[in-house]
Amino acid sequence: MGPLASALTRLYGPQGWAAIAACAAVLFVVFPILALAVPASSPFHVSAYWVTLIGKIMCYAIVALAMDLIWGYAGILSLGHGLFFALGGYAFGMYLMRQIGADGQYRVNMPDFMVFLDWKEFPWHWALSDSFVAQALLVVLVPGLLAFVFGYFAFRSRVKGVYFSIITQALTYAAMLLFFRNNTGFGGNNGFTDFKRILGIPITTDEMRIALFCVTGAVLIGTLLCLRWVVTSKFGRVLAAIRDAEQRVMFCGYNTAHYKLAVWTLSAVLCGIAGALYVPQVGIINPSEMSPANSIEIAIWVAVGGRGTLTGAILGAGLVNGAKSVFTQAFPEYWLYVLGLLFVLVTLFLPQGVMGLLARRREART
Amino acid sequence: MRTLLIVILAAAALLARPAEALDAALVEKLGLGDSDEKVEAINALAATGDPKAAALLAALAEGEVETAGKRVLVVKGDKATDAATGEAVVPPPADREDVIVNNRLRGAIASALAALKLIAPDRDVRLAAVKELAGGADPSMLPLVKKALEQESDPVIKPMLEMVAATLELSGGDRNARIAAIRTLGLSGNPNTKTLLLPLVEKRPDGTFAEADEDVRIEAQKSLRAVEDRLEWGERAGLLFAGVSLGSILLLAALGLAITYGLMGVINMAHGELIMIGAYTTYVVQNLFRAHAPGAFDAYLVCAVPAAFAVSAAVGMALERTVLRFLYGRPLETLLATWGISLVLIQAVRTIFGAQNVQVENPAWMSGGIQVLSNVVLPWSRIVIIAFAAAVLAGIWLLLTRTRLGLFVRGVTQNRAMASCVGVPTARVDTWAFGVGSGLAGLAGCALSQIGNVGPDLGQAYIVDSFLVVVLGGVGQLAGTVYAALGLGFANKLLESWSGAVLAKIVVLVFIIVFIQKRPQGLFAMKGRAVEA
Amino acid sequence: MTSAAVHSAEAVGGGASLAHIATGTLDTTHGVVLYLEDISVSFDGFKALNRLGLAIDAGELRCVIGPNGAGKTTMMDVITGKTRADEGRAFFGQTIDLARLSEAEIAHAGIGRKFQKPTIFERHTVFENLELAMKTDKRVRRTLFAKLGSEDRDRIAAMLRQIRLEAASDRAAGELSHGQKQWLEIGMLLMQEPKLLLLDEPVAGMSDEETERTAELFLSLAGKHSLVVVEHDMQFIARIARKVTVLHEGSVLAEGPLDQVQNDPRVVEVYLGR
Repeated sequence: MGPLASALTRLYGPQGWAAIAACAAVLFVVFPILALAVPASSPFHVSAYWVTLIGKIMCYAIVALAMDLIWGYAGILSLGHGLFFALGGYAFGMYLMRQIGADGQYRVNMPDFMVFLDWKEFPWHWALSDSFVAQALLVVLVPGLLAFVFGYFAFRSRVKGVYFSIITQALTYAAMLLFFRNNTGFGGNNGFTDFKRILGIPITTDEMRIALFCVTGAVLIGTLLCLRWVVTSKFGRVLAAIRDAEQRVMFCGYNTAHYKLAVWTLSAVLCGIAGALYVPQVGIINPSEMSPANSIEIAIWVAVGGRGTLTGAILGAGLVNGAKSVFTQAFPEYWLYVLGLLFVLVTLFLPQGVMGLLARRREART
Repeated sequence: MRTLLIVILAAAALLARPAEALDAALVEKLGLGDSDEKVEAINALAATGDPKAAALLAALAEGEVETAGKRVLVVKGDKATDAATGEAVVPPPADREDVIVNNRLRGAIASALAALKLIAPDRDVRLAAVKELAGGADPSMLPLVKKALEQESDPVIKPMLEMVAATLELSGGDRNARIAAIRTLGLSGNPNTKTLLLPLVEKRPDGTFAEADEDVRIEAQKSLRAVEDRLEWGERAGLLFAGVSLGSILLLAALGLAITYGLMGVINMAHGELIMIGAYTTYVVQNLFRAHAPGAFDAYLVCAVPAAFAVSAAVGMALERTVLRFLYGRPLETLLATWGISLVLIQAVRTIFGAQNVQVENPAWMSGGIQVLSNVVLPWSRIVIIAFAAAVLAGIWLLLTRTRLGLFVRGVTQNRAMASCVGVPTARVDTWAFGVGSGLAGLAGCALSQIGNVGPDLGQAYIVDSFLVVVLGGVGQLAGTVYAALGLGFANKLLESWSGAVLAKIVVLVFIIVFIQKRPQGLFAMKGRAVEA
Repeated sequence: MTSAAVHSAEAVGGGASLAHIATGTLDTTHGVVLYLEDISVSFDGFKALNRLGLAIDAGELRCVIGPNGAGKTTMMDVITGKTRADEGRAFFGQTIDLARLSEAEIAHAGIGRKFQKPTIFERHTVFENLELAMKTDKRVRRTLFAKLGSEDRDRIAAMLRQIRLEAASDRAAGELSHGQKQWLEIGMLLMQEPKLLLLDEPVAGMSDEETERTAELFLSLAGKHSLVVVEHDMQFIARIARKVTVLHEGSVLAEGPLDQVQNDPRVVEVYLGR
């Protein structure tokens, strides 16, 4: 058995790999064919609505994976992950805004909101916004750096548990207030929207949609495998040990602050990437993405699916967001009831989430 | 008996005055004299302080005064009255002539009317007049203002009159009078005096001073500094008050949390919604009073306060019994579950009351405010809330230190197992303590309804702040909560005055994040074994 | 502000790099492995330790006894960096100042600790518990790419035999009995290959047979390692004790061979009262 094969078996058993391969086939082959090759009149045709919706949910699933890594494995509940998601989105959104070029309402080679504010030059933080590569780097660097600096101080001072959660919530709240200001240079209330192109290619064509969809799917599967590799390593066992008995880990000679900082930063970076994929598909990013409510919702996706399982996080993100799009269309006034009760019922009756339920069912059968 | 007699005589004198006729010679001068004589007459009439003179002057200004031979008449429509006696002249004489009112006369009349108001017997009228003149007075009024000043003895009106006199003197020509006036202006706390003094010290674009006389300029500079100092003090006082006010609101919002989170360790994200429920309860009570007892409307708060406490406490106790009880010792799960509860509560309120804000009206005794300095007004509603917060704080302190429930709560907090062993019904204590904490949130909501909008999202605005107060103050410490609330209130308002509201909020949040790094246990840390538990 | 931040970074945060430079090597040339001088710690005015002085020789097995609240656990907290002393100095060997190291660095330098209440990783298997404790490079990147070599497996297997948990190797540690958990924690301690072992009530909850085996184990460890054992079980103390230190109200009341200490009138007074 070669090293690659042993690494593969470490991640998943044959059934697991088969399931992943099946998902990949659906995402990269079946969906593109149904969306592009099958005529719109056919009942098998997949419309732009569905491509966007599923693409969006896959972005959320990446965020859920990131959340599961730090909450499910390291025991750190972040109530500020929406901030990293939004920062990634904004970083890529800046590039998309520049790609509009002179096609905005004012027909000037500058985003509309800047013209509206009567700005003559781009502010300093827009210096690199014309470059796809630079902004793509910023998608990773900005959330990563912020998380690193914040985490460095927080973990060094041993802020943990609920304290940490509340401070992350305050952090995203502060950032939201900052981004709401017009002077901050990110479009204020309205944020960024009306994107036209990526790399010069129009953004609203079916081909572009499917391309973004496939990239998102690939990132999702890649993230799953990467995190699976992390949590099955000794590093993952140390993380879980920190979650269960941090003192003991310290007395074993591990500097737990470094471990927490590492996963925290990785988690933030993943959120940033998810945000960057989200913006071109959904077509808008604004400061409400940073609202505390959005961040805390991420936790419920993971809780519904089952903490510390990774696949549960994806499942939870899909279930909750699927339900959300059904409810907000059919009975918009009831959605908050459903979501609220979900929070209560899952914490009370389903501490292991859906995955826990499935595992129990399987155990009962054997 | 003698006092009564004096009062009656004084009243009679007051009543008798308007009945007397105006001086016929003056009235004749007014109607038939030349311009100089007319002005003299106007001033002389004004000096009498007689309301009838005021009426006559007003009529003159309106062009309703006419002459017929030697008689001076006031003609309104087709009715004429004798200007001096006030008797009706029937029928009106045919050969009437208008009394021409030129600009000079018009100015004299305006001054005279204002001056007449200044020497009116009614204090409120005088106060209104002097306030009106303080806003912008015409130099021609100066002699009359001075005359009023001689007669004035009211402690509020007199300094204001002095200011008006000084203002008028400033634009006059006499150098000594101007310097004296500038000195008087320097004693003022009125922001308007700054605009009066500023031109005296400003340079023209060509480098020369607008004011040629150097002594005047130096004097103006001094006075200006004095005024600015005083205004600054006023601003500081205002800031201080705003800080205390915000602090008291934060305190109210956080006190409940200090019990549920600080003492019991239950992290309740629905605390903000319990505040909101308190505010809506106040709204309902207000509506009930308006519908069923409009006469007693001003007293609705007396019912609203206990009602808000009771409703929020009941909701809180229900939550504790049905949800939180099963999550003790699992803080992160509690956080998520209570967040879910907050969503349900928000939506429930939207369903019942609608998504729009509702109107909660202040009782009459809470509107208005006290003017401490010319640029500082302390609204009654805020003062009442500060007092209310202090009272609630005192009540909670008494509850925790002087009652059996307080003793039990402290016992259960410190050692649950031991408390249970010595017969404390820990489960019931939890429920009651949570009820008290929730009820406090209701009180906060009742207070907030008096100064802000009441809407389903009310609580969301306060939850982050109130948690920060508790975290900053340190868990398990009422004193810490108080200091943290006041400190945050001040910091917020101080920064707001420098950098605007949003940046202030961000700076405060960043400060707290940094602070928590340095002192993770808050201002008042508990040390030792208890922390590890 | 900056200087304070830097200071606390040294005091609390430590750093992976520091763990290898600052700790240096253990120098016991003068025969002393642990040296406490005038250590004082107070919690809200209560003096948990009051000018405590203690010296442990290399290879010594020292028993520490004392009534509840005498400061035994706080002493261990100070040595392992969990609690910082308000005053006094704590040295590991000749050169290592414990006050300047974080918990992880102290563990790395060679001090292992067993808690009063057994703390093991309940959701990990017994094998994984030992794997995590095993002496190795414990920095983030190395751990991420760590592979368990056959040598490591042998070490773990040997330890499993020593603590008699071979059969439970793949069971979750949380399922073990109380005595087994105590043994697992001792095993984890030994996997760290520490120079100095601090053992807080190691035989609490053990059967007589387990207690006897523990005594044998400790006696066999002495010499190679230095041990500080805090216990209330006087039979156990009598079985292993050479030199005993009695703590009372945060400072040393008496020190010497067990029978001498037991007959010390001050010790009798403290334990029995008057």
